[in-house]
Amino acid sequence: MGDFYIGLVLVPMTIGALAAVSCALLGNFLVLRKQSLMGDAVSHVVLPGIVVAFIVTGSISVWPMLLGAAAAALISALLIELVRNLGKVEPGAAMGVVFTALFALGVVLLEQSDTRQVHFDVEHALYGNLESLVWLSGMDAQSLFDRQALADLPPQLARLALALVAVVIFLIAFWRQLVVSTFDPVFAQATGVPVRLVGAALISLVAIVAVTAFEAVGAIITIAMLICPAAAARLMTNRLIPQLLWSVLFALLSAVVGFWAAGSGMALIGSGFSVSAAGMIAAVSGIILAACALAAPQRRGAAG
Amino acid sequence: MRWAATRPLPVSTANWPVAEMNVHVADSGAALKVRGLSVAYGDKPALSSVDAAFQQGRMSAIVGPNGAGKSTLLKAAMGIIPSISGDALFFGRPLDEVRSRIAYVPQRASVDWDFPATVIDVVLMGLYRSLGPFKLIGRGQRALALNCLEEVDMVSLADRQIGQLSGGQQQRVFIARALAQKADLLLLDEPFAGVDAATEKTIITLLKKLVREGGTAVAVHHDLSTVTAYFDDVLVLNVRRIANGPVDKAFTEEHLAEAYGGRLVQPEPELA
Amino acid sequence: MFDISAFVDALTFRAGYNTAIVAIGAILLGWAGGTVGTYLLLRQRSLVSDALSHATLPGVGVAFLVMAWFGGSGRFLPGLLLGAAISAMIGLACVEWLTRRTRLKSDAAIGAVLSSFFGLGIVLLTVIQSLGIGRQAGIGSFLLGSTSGMLRNEAYTLAALALFVAFLVFVFRRPLTLVCFDETFARTSGIDIRRTDLLLMFLVMAVTVTGLRIVGLILVVALLIIPPVAARFWTEKTGTMIVASGLIGAASGFVGTALSASVPNFPAGPVIVLVAAVLFALSLLFAPARGVFYGLYRARAFSRKVHRRQGLLAILRGEAIYDHDTLKVLRSEKLIHGDGTPTRAGLDAAETAAREEALWTIYARNNPDAANRAARMRLDPIAERLTAGEIAELERQFAGPSGVLPAR
Repeated sequence: MGDFYIGLVLVPMTIGALAAVSCALLGNFLVLRKQSLMGDAVSHVVLPGIVVAFIVTGSISVWPMLLGAAAAALISALLIELVRNLGKVEPGAAMGVVFTALFALGVVLLEQSDTRQVHFDVEHALYGNLESLVWLSGMDAQSLFDRQALADLPPQLARLALALVAVVIFLIAFWRQLVVSTFDPVFAQATGVPVRLVGAALISLVAIVAVTAFEAVGAIITIAMLICPAAAARLMTNRLIPQLLWSVLFALLSAVVGFWAAGSGMALIGSGFSVSAAGMIAAVSGIILAACALAAPQRRGAAG
Repeated sequence: MRWAATRPLPVSTANWPVAEMNVHVADSGAALKVRGLSVAYGDKPALSSVDAAFQQGRMSAIVGPNGAGKSTLLKAAMGIIPSISGDALFFGRPLDEVRSRIAYVPQRASVDWDFPATVIDVVLMGLYRSLGPFKLIGRGQRALALNCLEEVDMVSLADRQIGQLSGGQQQRVFIARALAQKADLLLLDEPFAGVDAATEKTIITLLKKLVREGGTAVAVHHDLSTVTAYFDDVLVLNVRRIANGPVDKAFTEEHLAEAYGGRLVQPEPELA
Repeated sequence: MFDISAFVDALTFRAGYNTAIVAIGAILLGWAGGTVGTYLLLRQRSLVSDALSHATLPGVGVAFLVMAWFGGSGRFLPGLLLGAAISAMIGLACVEWLTRRTRLKSDAAIGAVLSSFFGLGIVLLTVIQSLGIGRQAGIGSFLLGSTSGMLRNEAYTLAALALFVAFLVFVFRRPLTLVCFDETFARTSGIDIRRTDLLLMFLVMAVTVTGLRIVGLILVVALLIIPPVAARFWTEKTGTMIVASGLIGAASGFVGTALSASVPNFPAGPVIVLVAAVLFALSLLFAPARGVFYGLYRARAFSRKVHRRQGLLAILRGEAIYDHDTLKVLRSEKLIHGDGTPTRAGLDAAETAAREEALWTIYARNNPDAANRAARMRLDPIAERLTAGEIAELERQFAGPSGVLPAR
């Protein structure tokens, strides 16, 4: 299988890794803001967004779906804020209400429309199909320099790379506002930082990344990568930048090990079937977190 | 049925307390002046038409029972929570024009101290506003931050993670961050809550020094026994303004009884 | 599309035996979920149920594989539910352990357990699929639930389970209410808080597992979260909220299954959740205790009163009024002319306001403990808030021995 290694393994693995790293970077701030489950909520409402986009445009082309999903994610974030403030309920309950309601709406719309014909179902939305994002022109290293072959690369690769660039630019440009409004929102507001705007920008970016990643790898990787690597990294260090670096490392490790275990690993232990790479990547990230919870240097926190 | 429609007024309006509400402490040099400030959470009032002025070059305390709206007053003045009516002027100007002259110290308990940051990281946050988004933190800024930590005797812990500090040490980090802002007016929300005696002494000495040098400090304060020793002026508050002015005039037993009712903790009798 | 007579049939349990059994199960489940969910909300642990429900998936997969291994059909519902219950408990233990033993907060712990257990479950599902036995297993229906094509045995099992869960909730409602309402009092009256919390988690698990097959693991949390949050808008009292939430849950289960039975391609689980969501939206908007419209109305009315009073006092002091809102309120009540000068009515109202302000000031001075309440009351005409006797006493103090307000 040597010749196809780049196309069949490296490309989907890279796609998984790009998604994982983008999510993990943003996840650090979600975890610190105690908003980890926003990732969960946003990933769930991608479904109704896509279904509505399909019903409105009648096509399964990518951009309307991405837009629909992003719109749904932002609407859900707004609704959560609204329910939280108006109902004076804890954020968790507000999230639970909004994302289950919108997800249920998505499923019903899906059942009612004829999206079934176009091969779209809830299972796909949940765990994507990373294994299918292969690069058949990628026979060997030389195809990396072949214009025609490169044009055959799965478009998800470029989109996710773009998303990662956007995340990095956002973090660099708004680093100070993000840090100070995460640590001490009252102080931040008093010094004139637009705290709400920064929070909204963060959630919007989570939504964009969740949508881009979702289209390539499904919701489950997005949710796992928004939370597990950052949570594990939090147990490794007491400094913010090292925490971000640890989370990137853990995300890469989950993507590579998970993808390998789902494909070659299964073949290695002699079983004749391959399993969901997305599920495996999520499971590996959970194992990394468990390992950190058992043995990481800062697992108890500064106070304990 | 309106009261006035049925009975004549028994006294002249000149004696009504509402007329008195208009009489402020002279406000020529007010660092912070609020006028008719009303704040409500839904339809539950927290502040009702409060007028108050805090003079430049003075140490002022805001005292009152729990739920009297002390912290709310500072937050509403800083635009952190919305007000129904009224306004706040800082040095005679609206907040946005003079924000860089004001440092706000939130309650220590309002943040998660397990945040991945060191002591000096937090102090440097005081410089973010003057640095803008892209200017890097250089040697000069670090030196300034260390200077501020020196003032509160925390230099030796500059690289410690903030979660490892005691309550008093955390409060001193917050004060150092405010010092780094190089502000003319310090607004402090319960700076002495849950801190040790040494920290309290450090902070009050520091504040008094700042005020001697022309600065202004306004603190929400809950320990009535230290008001006379620490502060020049006081605002006695219980949703309404009860009294506002120099401690000897405003911080009287009568005003405190009006604010605290039966719950009054008697201030220590003065020996001088 | 929507057949009203089919809907009425379903509502009156005449849409078929299986459907009737499932509907009864859904009503009981909805009631149990709404009730247990209220305790969960009051203990601020609503989303723990999300971790719990996602954590059932690996258990379902393992149970299927084990039963298939031993030559069983693999689809045996009680076996699958037992597997689900066991892995849900493991997931719950992981959440507890992460929040207790590490610095992680509950949101991160919940999210981590939810996603990694779900990932593992997906891995097992794909294993089952590639073994070629997944199709007849219909394990996919655990993701989103389904009632169509449910075997009679399964319907019986679920209805019986729902009845059992509802019975448990009914039996244990008192200690649970006590712990949620007043932890200190519960402790002093001899209730073990930790054990009650464990009991609560067990009930949550029972509702979740029972709901899996009907509503699906992604949406079953809705049964525990939406009804109590909706009920919260109707009342400030814990007891009423528990009852209201149970009713909202039961109604969602009932109407949802009936709709699903009478409309083609209307999957029961998501429809039940949507019915609950509609009830929630109605509560959010229209409920009298905390609903949006009523809340807005009250906040606006209050803010109007504040502006009215401040404007009147300014008139009395002969001050110019600049506040735009104040001017608007005064103009709309014709208390000032267009140019801002007071009308006759405005002057009268100003005198009344000043008079009442003076009395209220005395009242506030007499009752410092009720400062917030007094601040709200003083904006209303005094005769609406105090008795004639109380007003007379305030007047007596107002006049004082010298006929003027006592010195401050």
